[in-house]
Amino acid sequence: MAIDDTPAIVAHGLTKQFGKLVAVDHLDLRVRRTEIYGFLGPNGSGKSTTIRMLCGLLDATSGDVEVLGHKLPQEAAAVKRSIGYMTQKFSLYDDLSVSENLDFLAAVHGVTGAKARQRIDEMYQRYHLGDLKNQLAGTMSGGQRQRLALAGAVLHEPELLLLDEPTSAVDPQSRRDFWDALFDLSEAGTTLLVSTHYMDEAERCHTLAILDHGRLVANGSPHELMKNLPGSTVRITCGEPRRMQQALVGEPHVLGVAQIGSDLRVLTDVRDDKGDALLERVRAVDPRAHVEPVAPNLEDVFVASTRKHAQETEKAAA
Amino acid sequence: MKLARLLAVVRKELIQLRRDRLTFAMIIGIPTLQLLLFGFAINLDIRHLPAALLDQANTVHSRELIAELASSQVLDFRRHVAAPQEVDALMRRGEISAAVVIPPDFETRLARPDRSAWQVVVDGSDQSVQAAARQLAIFPLDSLAYGDSSNRPGTQAIPPVEIVNFYNPERRAPVNTVPGLIGVILTMTMVIFTAMAIVRERERGNMEMLIATPLSSLELTIGKVIPYIAIGLVQVTLILILGLLVFDVPVRGSLLGVYVASLAYISATLALGVLISTLAKSQFQAMQMAFFTFLPQILLSGFMFPFDGMPKAAQWLAEIFPLTHFLRLIRGIMLREAQIGEMWMEVVALGVFVVVVMGIAVRRFPKTLD
Repeated sequence: MAIDDTPAIVAHGLTKQFGKLVAVDHLDLRVRRTEIYGFLGPNGSGKSTTIRMLCGLLDATSGDVEVLGHKLPQEAAAVKRSIGYMTQKFSLYDDLSVSENLDFLAAVHGVTGAKARQRIDEMYQRYHLGDLKNQLAGTMSGGQRQRLALAGAVLHEPELLLLDEPTSAVDPQSRRDFWDALFDLSEAGTTLLVSTHYMDEAERCHTLAILDHGRLVANGSPHELMKNLPGSTVRITCGEPRRMQQALVGEPHVLGVAQIGSDLRVLTDVRDDKGDALLERVRAVDPRAHVEPVAPNLEDVFVASTRKHAQETEKAAA
Repeated sequence: MKLARLLAVVRKELIQLRRDRLTFAMIIGIPTLQLLLFGFAINLDIRHLPAALLDQANTVHSRELIAELASSQVLDFRRHVAAPQEVDALMRRGEISAAVVIPPDFETRLARPDRSAWQVVVDGSDQSVQAAARQLAIFPLDSLAYGDSSNRPGTQAIPPVEIVNFYNPERRAPVNTVPGLIGVILTMTMVIFTAMAIVRERERGNMEMLIATPLSSLELTIGKVIPYIAIGLVQVTLILILGLLVFDVPVRGSLLGVYVASLAYISATLALGVLISTLAKSQFQAMQMAFFTFLPQILLSGFMFPFDGMPKAAQWLAEIFPLTHFLRLIRGIMLREAQIGEMWMEVVALGVFVVVVMGIAVRRFPKTLD
């Protein structure tokens, strides 16, 4: 596949409103070719809506989008020829067998004759569907269906594959296998856009966009995001973690307190936090408490970014 | 529009249809059941009306009259009564719908053409019974008067040919009902099947996947509709065969004409189904809307009630319905041996309906999910 250097996706001010609800709010995106780009965000953050707009399934209320160099919605037909879309809910036909589903999708995508046979056989092999050929999709397990859905989405060798929470209905082993399959595709030159609300999945992406209430609140590689966390994380070891947690929640500069086993993990919005207000507060609750800085993880980035955004919104309102 | 994609949809739809036992059963079951139900139940020639007999004359002629009436099978003399009061009581209790009253002076009355010789008392609360019995009263009376004026005694007084004519096989309801049933059954099944088949893709979430493929809404719709055209023709064939075997309903005109007319009508019902599919959000809604279009058509098209008897406004409304035009076509071809060319206006009306309705539907096709 020839690799173009135009970005796979460019969006400016992408907005979608459903009545009064703003599902996607002035989103700017830039997805490079062959990377795995992740959308991380809670339910209702606008991940699915954005993906649907990028597929040409929904028309944007405002903003410009170019997918694989084609403007949407004017050139939707061209976009649809070169993308694959794996929906959140299984959307192949339950009452068709694996082979019937793939035959149908091949024909719909204009893959015909010997080429179709060859591609479908490849799919059987790559996604372990050969033994399930004649089984109805509706009778398969979550992991099997997910493999079939992926096979259906990549059968026509799309340049860009969009996956909307692809692993939400499968067990951990299937998830790992699935991500191996995604890396294979990426290596072969496919650009992937994956939405997820799992931190471990988000960490695997080359680039990550954190969405919250339809807005892009952070953007970059997972490593960069963690390195540039606008705050710091400390671990507190103390006698009564529940009491400590209650004492710390709501304190200035404290963004989040989570109990991890018998320790507390505290996220603050102050960098290089040593011996200041937080420490005093901790000592006041439990003089013997031990405080040490720890490396931030993606969850910290997520909490810090969404909190910061919430505070800005509050300020704007006030 | 690309043929390969269209055929892919047709093939997929056929496989799904084959697996969908319920729909498959409905394709065969609905026509069979409807035909038998309507054919046997909707019988406007009333026979075996429960009746009482009050023969106060008891003469040769009166007994002959009674024998003729009985053999006509219209009346079923359940009770022989002796007094007019008994007739009243039986009718009030609903035991009889009609009564034949032959007065003591029957013979003298027969000789006088200005006076009725006998009487049929009818339960007027049922209109169809009333109409049937009234006609029954007129015919034998005429023949009786005729027989009397020609002064011939015995059986010739009541020429049996008159009665046979009245109930001749050509007046049997199924002859009129079966061609109409082709229209009614196609209306029921085709509109519902197509509307539901298209809405199903949306309801089950398949549409979300399909919209992201190069498949267009038009290809999807046409591809889904084509198998139903074939199904419609199978249903027509089934009704024709059952009509012939069970009810002895002939196809007097050309069989080709029947199929051409049916094809035109199937197109009209499919267009309606497609339009409904663009309006309905769920299969249940599609079903409701299909019924909404179905009822007025059945009532006003001339299937249930004579078209000419309806108020003018209802007639104009009925002209919009495809079933009205199809009924005229199919009855003309099957019963009156009409050529389809002689009834081109009806074909044109169906064509206009298809173009207009399909036009609206195509404009409403979803290009996106919202």
